[in-house]
Amino acid sequence: MLNGIGREIPEEILGIGTMRSFEKIITNGQVKNIQRSGERQRNPEKNKILDSIETAIRETGLKDGMTISFHHHFRNGDYVVNMVMDAIAAMGIKDLVLASSSLSEIHAPLVKHIRDGVIRRIETSGLRGELAQAISNGIMDIPVVINSHGGRARAIASKELPIDVAFLGVPSCDSYGNANGYSSDNSAVSACGSLGYAKVDAQHAKNVVLITDNLVEYPNVPFSIPASQVDYIVVVDSIGDPKGIVSGATRYTNNPKDLLIAKQAAAVIEASGYFYDGFSMQTGSGGASLATTRFLRDRMLAANIKASFALGGITGQIVALHEEGLIKKLLDVQSFDLKAVESLKNNPCHYQIDAEYYASPDNAGSAVNQLDVVILSALEIDLDFNVNVITGSDGVIRGASGGHCDTAAGASMAIIVAPLIRGRMPSILDRVNTVVTPGYTIDVLVTDQGIAVNPLRQDLYSSLKAAKLPVLSIEELKAKADRIVGRPEPIKWEDKIVGLVKYRDGSVIDVIRQVKKGL
Amino acid sequence: MKIHDVGIAGTLESSDIIIHIEKNEGKGIEIELKSTVENQFGNQIRKVIKETLQELGVTDAIVRANDKGALDCTIRARVLTAVNRSAHSNNLPWEVK
Repeated sequence: MLNGIGREIPEEILGIGTMRSFEKIITNGQVKNIQRSGERQRNPEKNKILDSIETAIRETGLKDGMTISFHHHFRNGDYVVNMVMDAIAAMGIKDLVLASSSLSEIHAPLVKHIRDGVIRRIETSGLRGELAQAISNGIMDIPVVINSHGGRARAIASKELPIDVAFLGVPSCDSYGNANGYSSDNSAVSACGSLGYAKVDAQHAKNVVLITDNLVEYPNVPFSIPASQVDYIVVVDSIGDPKGIVSGATRYTNNPKDLLIAKQAAAVIEASGYFYDGFSMQTGSGGASLATTRFLRDRMLAANIKASFALGGITGQIVALHEEGLIKKLLDVQSFDLKAVESLKNNPCHYQIDAEYYASPDNAGSAVNQLDVVILSALEIDLDFNVNVITGSDGVIRGASGGHCDTAAGASMAIIVAPLIRGRMPSILDRVNTVVTPGYTIDVLVTDQGIAVNPLRQDLYSSLKAAKLPVLSIEELKAKADRIVGRPEPIKWEDKIVGLVKYRDGSVIDVIRQVKKGL
Repeated sequence: MKIHDVGIAGTLESSDIIIHIEKNEGKGIEIELKSTVENQFGNQIRKVIKETLQELGVTDAIVRANDKGALDCTIRARVLTAVNRSAHSNNLPWEVK
């Protein structure tokens, strides 16, 4: 058999099988594209840039009942979720599953789309503000699913949560779809740093639509999302409010209670056995957690100890230690402030990672498993050390699961920092309202009134006692708080389940019920 | 003690409570409470206000309380001051019992 270029090819070869004979490919009368690079990207055959979000929605074939996703790197400055949902609603598409990496106050307009039946179900890490209130009050027929960052990445990668269309806001993008959370060409106005959560969606979604306000020259190197994963691009005026995306520089707290907690947390780390040359750490973004970095710095300098890496949400405080040479490498899934964004752009050992690599329990390279120490906050903790970071003391959803249970499970020592009381509310309860992180993965609780060690960690108990730290049992700490504030009455719940809290492996660790109104 | 005028004590700062007290002759004690911790401590706050009024011998009063998570000792102090202001009393029993 002669092939398309005149060579004799057998039809079959033993051990290989049937031959597919070469044929010349001619598209639109042309053997190949001979335009210049810049024009080629705008070739109608290859052009990924569409004129509007509506066109992009149509091109992806989005239909009733499908699953769409977003990332939350623009935090409370995000315009993308509302912009896309308004367009979808206007086109009359209904019954969607909205699987965002997280949602915040700015997403209050989603309440209307829930009422109108545009959104049937939500998966997210966190919920705040009006949307959280409405969901806690039972606006949805199907409970919202709360995922951890690692759990969401695992569910998407394993196709347990298949995404039909990902709409991803990107602070820089070329006309072919190479995108990043900053730009090496210009100072991207909507810069957010790492696109760690979006990377997972870009890799696994059936259709990927990028939405940008900063189209740059090809190739947009370095890129976080490669053009090979991108189907369409829409250029809009603005994808977010820079003030809501990143704060200038996270300032150190001057709250004396937080400072006291931070100082004690640093002392716990030093005495724990995990403070050695080459140790690794992660801090949350709460006041006491951030301040711990400062006290730890002094101890690292004094003991001539350097950390091998810091992980997770990267803050200006962590960057300062990196630039000082005290933390050698930064693995960044989410950049919390402008200093972190700039460092990701400028420091070669400040490296962008995706959420699956960061924290998925199924990933053989999950970085959380390499953590020595993680410092986490808590809304509530109970006598079994179970932690709630999702529902407030009134039972209403107002937080985020985030990487809490992922890092607690991965780190050798998970420290919870929390004031013993907040206003009149004690932080330690008999039972937390909602369990996000199971107590057996929490090792130490540091409050302003003393330290409690999980009885599972007798080794830590001995080390901290030997260092003369004020270690009490968690029951003793609770009694201290109760003497001051009294005992709160338990929240009254309706039967209706408004939320499912999933553990990182996808199992359900707790449910959130509708709060009963009045007394 | 007898309530004459409107008496106010406290602030809207967190961990404080504003007590607004006025007369309610012959109609007993009525408490209108707004609190950031209503669900968990509403009953306790009402109890402390009532007990403090009883200790002061106040039998008739309308109390409007706006609570921002005050502790019991703070609630007692604010009620005491509001009552004394409303009763024009200069006999302030500041000593700790």
